[in-house]
Amino acid sequence: MNEEPKGGWLSRLKQGLSRSAAKLADPITAAFTKRRLDAAAIEELEELLIGADLGVATASKITGNFARTRFDKEVDSDEVRTALAEEIEKILEPVAKPFTVDTDLRPHVVLVCGVNGSGKTTSIGKLAWQLKAQGLTVMMAAADTFRAAAIEQLQIWGERTDSVVIAGKPGADAAGLAYDAFAQAKRQGVDVLLIDTAGRLQNKADLMAELEKIIRVIRKIDESAPHDCLLVLDATVGQNAHSQVEVFKDLVDVSGLMLTKLDGTARGGVVVALAEKFALPVNAIGVGEGVDDMRPFEARAFARSLMGLS
Amino acid sequence: MFDSLTSKLGDIFDGLTKRGALSEGDVDAALREIRLALLEADVALDVVKDFIEAVRQRAVGEEVLRSVTPGQMVIKIVHDNMVEMLGGDGSAGDAPGLDETGVNLAGPPPVAIMMVGLQGSGKTTTSAKLALRIQKREKKKVMMASLDVYRPAAQQQLAVLGEQAEVVTLPMVMGEQPLAIAKRAMDSARREGCDVVILDTAGRLHIDQELMDEVAKVSAATNPIETLLVADAMTGQDAVTMAREFNEKVGITGIVLTRVDGDARGGAALSMRAVTGKPIKLMGVGEKLDELESFQAARVAGRIMGQGDVVGLVEKAAETINKEDAEKLAKKMMKGQFSLNDMADQLAQIRKMGDVGGLMGMIPGISKMKKQMAETNIDDKMIVRQQAIISSMTAGEREKPKVLNGSRRRRIAAGSGTSVQEVNRLLKQFKQMGTMMKKMGKMGKKGLLGGMGGGMPPGMMPPGMR
Ligand SMILES: Nc1nc2c(ncn2[C@@H]2O[C@H](COP(=O)(O)OP(=O)(O)OP(=O)(O)O)[C@@H](O)[C@H]2O)c(=O)[nH]1
Ligand SMILES: Nc1nc2c(ncn2[C@@H]2O[C@H](COP(=O)(O)OP(=O)(O)OP(=O)(O)O)[C@@H](O)[C@H]2O)c(=O)[nH]1
Ligand SMILES: [Mg+2]
Ligand SMILES: [Mg+2]
Repeated sequence: MNEEPKGGWLSRLKQGLSRSAAKLADPITAAFTKRRLDAAAIEELEELLIGADLGVATASKITGNFARTRFDKEVDSDEVRTALAEEIEKILEPVAKPFTVDTDLRPHVVLVCGVNGSGKTTSIGKLAWQLKAQGLTVMMAAADTFRAAAIEQLQIWGERTDSVVIAGKPGADAAGLAYDAFAQAKRQGVDVLLIDTAGRLQNKADLMAELEKIIRVIRKIDESAPHDCLLVLDATVGQNAHSQVEVFKDLVDVSGLMLTKLDGTARGGVVVALAEKFALPVNAIGVGEGVDDMRPFEARAFARSLMGLS
Repeated sequence: MFDSLTSKLGDIFDGLTKRGALSEGDVDAALREIRLALLEADVALDVVKDFIEAVRQRAVGEEVLRSVTPGQMVIKIVHDNMVEMLGGDGSAGDAPGLDETGVNLAGPPPVAIMMVGLQGSGKTTTSAKLALRIQKREKKKVMMASLDVYRPAAQQQLAVLGEQAEVVTLPMVMGEQPLAIAKRAMDSARREGCDVVILDTAGRLHIDQELMDEVAKVSAATNPIETLLVADAMTGQDAVTMAREFNEKVGITGIVLTRVDGDARGGAALSMRAVTGKPIKLMGVGEKLDELESFQAARVAGRIMGQGDVVGLVEKAAETINKEDAEKLAKKMMKGQFSLNDMADQLAQIRKMGDVGGLMGMIPGISKMKKQMAETNIDDKMIVRQQAIISSMTAGEREKPKVLNGSRRRRIAAGSGTSVQEVNRLLKQFKQMGTMMKKMGKMGKKGLLGGMGGGMPPGMMPPGMR
């Protein structure tokens, strides 16, 4: 396994993020070594932000705010970058909230959902690792009973993090399994129960209904469960992230987002637009496939890295 | 509603006279909207620019055909251009030595097919889908091998899928490295008389030099006849860099677009095709192993332009709905002669079309309806219950639902194993449908579904949708 981190986590994060940002920042430098901020220049800036998946609306809002104070002035690339990073940071600041556990609940039930392949199972492994490091006890529920070897995959994460995994047979009822796991976690007084669910595209009504059913069934034990419902988003995703958040939020009351694969050139820019539109907390980011590759989401670091600033 | 780009362009052109050639001014105004639509669809910026330029050159001076509006004319030029850029329909399938999927299998057996791509894009699933397809259609013997030594249970995942597809998988050996696995796969395929070896590789980031080198080495050792880049239809702007890097570092021969069953606009397809020049050969349209289709450029072009997967929708409808029946039904409904018998027929038709949610989901921008559907719980199970309710009624009741008083409703609920509330709800929906049908009859062709290619009988609206 490629688990040993190269360098400290902060440098890895920066490395990952700035790799993503390199492409975005360079054209800014190219376009703006002292230049008058005219309409054409603003359009170019807007395009650069769109090119980082911020989407048309958010990109033009950000550049618009910037232009209001600096229009027709001579600006250089550093000034542009710093100002845009500040605008982005302002948008992200309110959503940068780390994941916290309520230890009175025993268990704090966390339902992890999202589209196929976004990184749900891996994120559960990483989250368990962090929680264990805080001295908490963790149980996992393998409620993805559909995908081939999904159960085995979670069991390996259970071994790696020394967490108990409650699993059934492939094809078993996901809601029933989640219920059993919850009952067991309660009996054992476990601090956190992480429920892994099958990947589902948000436009599949039947699969979304299945997710609602899981919630309905675990509420038979505790009306307030799940205490968190985390939506896992792949940072390479484009504008479809809007539809994902919208539908999952409506149907299962998402409490926070986890943004994975930020170690790529995935700029994750869409999260800026999401923050504006939905104001959902971003609870964590994934920066690799290893067990310790989860980080808190930091607005300033993210915004500045996105703009190619250290 | 289904056709926002067309209607936006309609607005732009409204003030213009309808006749004559498209002027530069007309075209520029339209192209601004198209540019936005493409960006919102995740087509990469550079690709959008090239595309717009190509359309401009083609559109300016073009005669507007008599029967269409200038907006429709521009849309058509955009559409044609996009289909062309996406590689046309089935173009890959025509070359000699290619099977109908457009996947090349010609060569001394065993030929290798290598699947590459980012983490979680669908490589393993697609490997099994492709193996199944080749084995079934080409009657060739296929072996699959997982070179993924990183992701937990990756090899096991392929083994399980192999069992489901009845395709041989290379037995696992603990601790063996990808290059060694690939070589062993080729040897053992040769010994066992396999025609095709599908190599499923681990997901990797294109910027991960070490892992890109690894896959390049596997490629050099096995000399794959196809190296397929498996990419998610939801991918954003970075698709262009990703595809370019995979192409330069590994050398791809084609692209597989996965999760086309989602509601992403899929602009990444255009970006990847444009930047690599490599054909999109296949698309994944579900998680099940038979959900792999040949790439259809027209269908994907429609989605990118935000017109919905009209082709897919109409095709699916046409497959299952008897056109004459539907037309007869439509006529009846518009005249207001719609009975519960007709509703029962309709429910049966909707059920035949399979997953209602999936069907409606093919249309982007329909999230509001999806929500309503989720709220009203319209799914296959509910349709079954509604059918049961109607079949528990007498012939007379079905023709004249007015006679259904409380005691009759209770009887029907008991007979169908449902509740009185459900019976009431069905009757309410029936009434709403009648009203809606009459309205649509008045609107005529401009009706709710009229813009969807004309192939959709109005009766196809699931009940209860307002
Ligand atoms: N580079 C990178 N890869 C990641 C990250 N998180 C997950 N992955 C990889 O993405 C792939 C999919 O991850 P999974 O955890 O299986 O995703 P999932 O959402 O559970 O997938 P399904 O259950 O099939 O829907 C695996 O190869 C993971 O190793 C991340 O932060 N960075
Ligand atoms: N809806 C839908 N899901 C798909 C499709 N193709 C694959 N999937 C799902 O996507 C998820 C990831 O698929 P995998 O085949 O494991 O992806 P992978 O590229 O092998 O992942 P790694 O090996 O971790 O990089 C699984 O949940 C699959 O069931 C598709 O066309 N449609
Ligand atoms: Mg999973
Ligand atoms: Mg795989």
